[in-house]
Amino acid sequence: MQVQSMHFKARAAMKLADARLQKNLAAFADKVINARAAAIAELDDFEGTREAAVQRRDRALVHLDVWLARFEQAATASGATVLYAQDYAEAAKLVVAIAQRHGVKKVTKSKSMVSEEVGLNQAFAAAGIESVETDLGEYILQINDNEPPSHIIAPVIHKDRDEVSELFARVHRTPRKTEINQLTREARQVLRGHFLSADMGVTGANFLIAETGSVAIVTNEGNEGMCTILPRVHVVLAGIEKVLPTLEDAATVMRLLARSATGQPISNYFSLLTGPRAAGEADGPEHMYFVLMDAGRTGLLGGEFESMLRCIRCGACMNHCPVYQKIGGHAYGWVYPGPMGSVLTPVYAGVENAIDLPHAATLCGQCSVVCPVKIPLPDLLRKLRERQVERGLRPWTERAALRAWAFAALRPALYRPLTRIGARVLKWLGGDKGRIHALPLAGAGWTAQRDFPAPSTGRTFIEQYQARRGR
Amino acid sequence: MRVGLFVTCLIDVVRPEIGFSVLKLLQDAGCQVEVPATQTCCGQPGYNSGDAAAGRALAKKVIDEFSGFDYVVVPSGSCGGQIKVHFVELFKDDPDLKGRAEALAARTYELTDFLATVLKVQRLESNFRGRITYHDSCCGLRELGVQAQPRRLLGLLPGVQLAEMKDCTQCCGFGGTFSVKYGDVSGAIVEEKCRNIRASGAEAVVLGDLGCILNIEGRLRRSGDEKTRVLHIAQVLAGDA
Repeated sequence: MQVQSMHFKARAAMKLADARLQKNLAAFADKVINARAAAIAELDDFEGTREAAVQRRDRALVHLDVWLARFEQAATASGATVLYAQDYAEAAKLVVAIAQRHGVKKVTKSKSMVSEEVGLNQAFAAAGIESVETDLGEYILQINDNEPPSHIIAPVIHKDRDEVSELFARVHRTPRKTEINQLTREARQVLRGHFLSADMGVTGANFLIAETGSVAIVTNEGNEGMCTILPRVHVVLAGIEKVLPTLEDAATVMRLLARSATGQPISNYFSLLTGPRAAGEADGPEHMYFVLMDAGRTGLLGGEFESMLRCIRCGACMNHCPVYQKIGGHAYGWVYPGPMGSVLTPVYAGVENAIDLPHAATLCGQCSVVCPVKIPLPDLLRKLRERQVERGLRPWTERAALRAWAFAALRPALYRPLTRIGARVLKWLGGDKGRIHALPLAGAGWTAQRDFPAPSTGRTFIEQYQARRGR
Repeated sequence: MRVGLFVTCLIDVVRPEIGFSVLKLLQDAGCQVEVPATQTCCGQPGYNSGDAAAGRALAKKVIDEFSGFDYVVVPSGSCGGQIKVHFVELFKDDPDLKGRAEALAARTYELTDFLATVLKVQRLESNFRGRITYHDSCCGLRELGVQAQPRRLLGLLPGVQLAEMKDCTQCCGFGGTFSVKYGDVSGAIVEEKCRNIRASGAEAVVLGDLGCILNIEGRLRRSGDEKTRVLHIAQVLAGDA
C-alpha cells in the first residue's frame, strides 16, 4: 500500500471534524475497552501468561532462521510448498505466479494485513484475476471502491450501520436493509457464490507452527474455512516473524490474542491447517503454498526495534490509544494505525516518510500496559524521535528551540533570570483573568484549543523561596 | 531525614504556590527539606523530543544536585518518572552514571507516594472541604504506580468527598510538546476529559501534575467553565486550596 503518512496532520484534522466518525469511534472504544478488561480479569494470571507469551515469542525470534528452516521442512513434508519473498514486489509476483500456474480466475481472500502491505488485490487486478475479500468488514471496504481498512481487527469500524445499508443497496442493487442480520445475510448470499466458484484461496497467518509445518488462523466469521477448504489451491501469505516453535507456544499466545483483541476468551473459529488434501482425505485444497515474506523484518532482528516483531496483531494498543480514539486509523496513512503502526510505518516504510507518526502520541503508556506481549511502544516511539533528530529530519525551528532551552537549563545563572522574566511576562499577558487567550509561534498550537493559565504571582518559586530564607 | 525537593520547572514558573504547599506538607511531616537553588529541569522535554544528548546532560545535572539527600521528592509523576525510570535508561552504556542514576532512582519519590508509602502519613491538617474528582496522570500512574496513594491521603481529610469520574486513568491529551504540535488532537482528547470531569458533579478536579493541570484548566476555561477548580493534590492536602 502507498504510504500517505506525510499527510497525517491534514488527515487528522479532517477526521476530527467528521462528527459521524467521532460518534462511531467513541462507541467502539468504550465497547472494546470494557470487553477486554472483563476478559483479562477472568484470566487467573494475566501477568504470568503475558510473561510466558513474551518468552515464547522471543524464543522464536532469537533463532528465527532455525525455526523457519524447521517450519519449511515440516510444511514440505506435509506436501506444501514453501517460498520466500524478499519484498512486497516479490511476494506479489510469487502469489500471482501461483495463481497463473494453476489457471486461477477467481481468488477468495480471508482477512490479511500483510496482503494490504503487499497490495495484493491490486496485483491480482493487474494480472486480470478477480479477488474477493470475504471477511465482512474487508468485503464492505472492497465494494466501497477499495477503501483501506482503518483498524487491523475491525477494518470497517469507522462506518456505522446506516453507511453499510446505503452501500449495500447501491452496490448490490437490492432494497435497502436496516437490520444487521439482514445485512449480513445479504453479504453471505453474495459471498456464497464466490466461495463456490473460486479457484484459489488466500489467507494470512496468525502463527506458523514450526514443529508441524501448520498455519494457525483465527477468525470470527468462518470465512477462512470457505477460502481454504473449497478452492483447489490455498496460498498462505505471511511475514516471516509469525513463526512459533511449537503448538504449545501457540496455545499460550492464544490465551491472550482474542481476549486482548475483542474480549472473547477465544475466537469463534481457530483453524490449524497442515498440508494439502492427502490421499484418503475428504476435503482440503489440492495444492498448498506458503509465501513467507521478509519486507523489512530481518532488519529489526538484533536491533532496538526487535521487540516489535513479537506483535501478535491484536489491536489492543490502538483500542486504548487516546489519539487513535479521536482520529481513527485512516489518518495514520498506511496499513497499520495506532501505536504499533506509528512504529511499524517508519520502520518498514522509512523514517522520512512518516515524520509525524512517532510524535503523534502523548506517550501516556496505556498501549504498553495492555500489550499482551509487552512491547515497550512508548520507548520505541521515543527511539524513532531520536532517529529523526540524528538524521536532521526535524524542522530547524524546533531544533533551535530545543538547543536554546537545553543551553539555558544547563546554566542556572542564565536560567534563573530568564524564568524570572518569563514569569513576569506571562503574568502580564494573562491580565486580570489570569489566562492567556493567544500565544505566538508554537504556543499558538496550545491556545487554538485552550487558554494558557498565566503564572499566579509572576515570581518564581525559587525566587520567593530564596527571599523567604534570606529574611 | 534530609529531603531534597525537586520543584519542577513548571511549578517554579507558573504555580509557585504549589511548591510552598509541598514544602509545608513535608515539613509538617517532620522532614528537613532543602531546595537546591541550581535546579532547573529534569530534561524530559529534550528526551521526549528525541534529543537524548540534552536529556543526558540535564540528567547528570540533576544527579549531581540531588545525590546527597536521604530522599528526593517530586510533586509530579511526569518528572518523577523521568528521574526514577528514564535516567537509568539514558545511562545504560555508562556504568558509573548508571549506578548513580540507580541510586538516585531508589531514593526518589513522587509526592503522594512519599507521603503515603515512606512517611506513612496518618494525619493531615487540611481543612479543605468539597466534592472532588481525581485525575490519574499518566506517568505517575503507569510508570510509578501512583493510584492508591493519593486516594488514601485524600481519604484522611474529613471534608473531602471523592466522586470518581468516568475513565479517570485516561490521558488528558497533554503529552508535553504533543499539545502544541498536534494541538487539535490534544484539544479533542482534553475535551473528553473535561466532559467526564463535569459529569462527575465535582466542584474541583484534583491531580498531581502541572502539565495536565494547565491543559485541563485551560480547556475548561476556554469552554466557558469558570466554576470547576483545578487543583494540585498538594494544595488540597496542605489545606491551601
